[in-house]
Amino acid sequence: MSKKVVVGMSGGVDSSVAAYLLKKQGYEVIGVTMQIWQDEAECSLETNGGCCGLSAVEDARRVARVLDIPYYVMNFKDEFQRDVIEYFKYEYLHGRTPNPCIACNRYVKWEALLQRSLAIGADYIATGHYAQIAHLPNGRYAIQNSVTAAKDQTYALYNLTQDQLAHTVMPVGVYHKDQIREIASEIGLPVAHKKDSQEICFVSDNDYASFIERETGKKMPEGNFVDTSGRVIGRHRGITHYTVGQRRGLNIAAGKRIFVLEIRPDTNEVVIGDEKDVFSHTVRADRLNFMGIEDLPVGESMEFTGKIRYGHKGAPCTAKRTGEDELTCYFPEAVRAVTPGQALVLYRDGYVAGGGTIL
Amino acid sequence: MIYLDNAATTKTAPEVVDAMIPYFSELYGNPSSIYEIAGKSKEAVDEGRSQIADVLGVFPEEIYFTAGGSESDNWALTAAYEACRSKGNHIITTKIEHHAILHTCEYLERERGAKVTYLDVDEKGLVDPAELESAITPDTILISVMYANNEIGTIEPIKEIGKIAKEYGILFHTDAVQAFCQIPIDVDECNIDMLSSSGHKINGPKGIGFLYIRKGVKVRSFIHGGAQERKRRAGTENVPAIVGYGVAARRAWNSRISRTKKEAELRDYMIDKILREIPYCRLNGDRVKRLPNNVNISFQFVEGESLLIMLDMEGIAASSGSACTSGSLDPSHVLLAIGLSHETAHGSLRLTLGEDTTKEDIDITVDKIKAIVERLRSMSPLYEDFIRENKQ
Repeated sequence: MSKKVVVGMSGGVDSSVAAYLLKKQGYEVIGVTMQIWQDEAECSLETNGGCCGLSAVEDARRVARVLDIPYYVMNFKDEFQRDVIEYFKYEYLHGRTPNPCIACNRYVKWEALLQRSLAIGADYIATGHYAQIAHLPNGRYAIQNSVTAAKDQTYALYNLTQDQLAHTVMPVGVYHKDQIREIASEIGLPVAHKKDSQEICFVSDNDYASFIERETGKKMPEGNFVDTSGRVIGRHRGITHYTVGQRRGLNIAAGKRIFVLEIRPDTNEVVIGDEKDVFSHTVRADRLNFMGIEDLPVGESMEFTGKIRYGHKGAPCTAKRTGEDELTCYFPEAVRAVTPGQALVLYRDGYVAGGGTIL
Repeated sequence: MIYLDNAATTKTAPEVVDAMIPYFSELYGNPSSIYEIAGKSKEAVDEGRSQIADVLGVFPEEIYFTAGGSESDNWALTAAYEACRSKGNHIITTKIEHHAILHTCEYLERERGAKVTYLDVDEKGLVDPAELESAITPDTILISVMYANNEIGTIEPIKEIGKIAKEYGILFHTDAVQAFCQIPIDVDECNIDMLSSSGHKINGPKGIGFLYIRKGVKVRSFIHGGAQERKRRAGTENVPAIVGYGVAARRAWNSRISRTKKEAELRDYMIDKILREIPYCRLNGDRVKRLPNNVNISFQFVEGESLLIMLDMEGIAASSGSACTSGSLDPSHVLLAIGLSHETAHGSLRLTLGEDTTKEDIDITVDKIKAIVERLRSMSPLYEDFIRENKQ
């Protein structure tokens, strides 16, 4: 009896080729697109490239026809609203910069979608992520770097549990991006030349502040820009317009390059400073998830390569377990713009050892 | 395949297809042209119209062909609103109407200054005529209540509502897409001014419907252009579809009593079997005032989408909720309107029988549903908790 796998199909090249590769490997493949957008009117608004919009469904359906696999659209509107959109809003309102893809992966794709896939008889789910799944000598599952370093998508997958990883297949990670597009062309997939989607899937114009205003129905109050000594140096448009390390859009005549250092939601202030102030050596994180390593006992330290942002190349660091749910990470070479709400992901030997949310 | 989604669409009967075929490549004339072959098409359109008028018990000139039930609904509401705008701007309808009615009402509210009352229904899906009457204001110009609901099968008190409409001199429209040729409809007894219907629900072709407009009701045209349909609905007639529709209507009407008796028996057999053999489920809609072929059940601790997908894997076609364009499912607004919680609405299944459905089909289907429900429940932590709590 061949194993059944549900492939999460976004209508993009990567997940389409993932479905093809798995079918070739002998799996019984079922294509599924997650319907996560809240309002039907939204589907007509996005043009192309919007992940999981209506045109994405049509693309995925066409690919499923070419690959001759059954295809369904599953409704995850409620889960997405609750676990991704609400989380997104909450973080921004509290002065943090969230990474919604991490939440979607953990709670929508790998919880809701996985559960429903198992319910309909699948053994695994699969995605088109550039990542691999390793079964380590210590018996644990871990996300492993893909061969395409530039397109590596392991960062957003650090929060998956062992059970979730045990039920996952990721066929694309052993290929380079160009190879994937080549395969897509060769087999005649209608999406072979489709552009990759770059933005967050539910905010099509990258304007997060407006999105949050619309969703909450409230305009964020203006407040003060202050420098590191507390002196007021200008007015900000509302804390949701800013993130740590930001240089553009500040509208302060300073005569030199200035950056956002910190967002203080309690006093509605945004702290501004020089470039050098944007760098720090220490990163603290909570809401820890251990992946490749089983645990780091309280008080102990270990060395890793740490990433503090999706686009961060990663840097050597020493992480110490400083609390039941806290890691304090020291980077000998200071890292730029440590942002509360983003994830700290720790790698060892090319796989994800664990991670947490930056405090 | 066991097809149990006849409320969504039905198989076009072979004799209907046979009747349509000559009008594609042989008698292909445009009914508005003057030459002989066109005359044949014109005759066919007249014949289709007469057949339908006979079944409904109205004059042929009162039947206007459209591209389907949705167009008829849009037309009825928009044209009636425009025609009566000088007298008022209030429309009364219900929360359980088809989206073609609801979205047209929303459009009229948003763009044309209409005020719409969406009546509640009771837990069986029935509208209360007294509630309707109390919603009437001097500005009320239109009442639209569906004859029978497509999701839960409940048949509305149309006669009482028609009486009220007549008393107050308000135009009365009914969406009879699910009811036409299934249950007897007397437009005069019920004071119905306009009625929508669709061909593909009665083993006729897709893409054709009609709007009945009582003589004397002055509503303007909806699709502008040529002079077809007495200048009220432009567009070259879909001759083959009209022919098919006429044949389908006559066929469905002639077989109605025996056919719906059999369907109702199988329906009741299925409902009883499910309620008896599967725990923690309930029937939605009125048990008695119900379309002869409709079964709608909510299963606790079950995700309706998974149930449908697994039924599909077993070759059984059913539905639940209202399909959105992507093909995924939202919880039905009808189920929410009769008071079901979000979760319960999510765990619902609609099975609608057809003229070909056999007792064997029902037995196989119910057994499969039972097995799937058991499996899904075994994987549900909520069910686990529930069983544990009840053991104590």
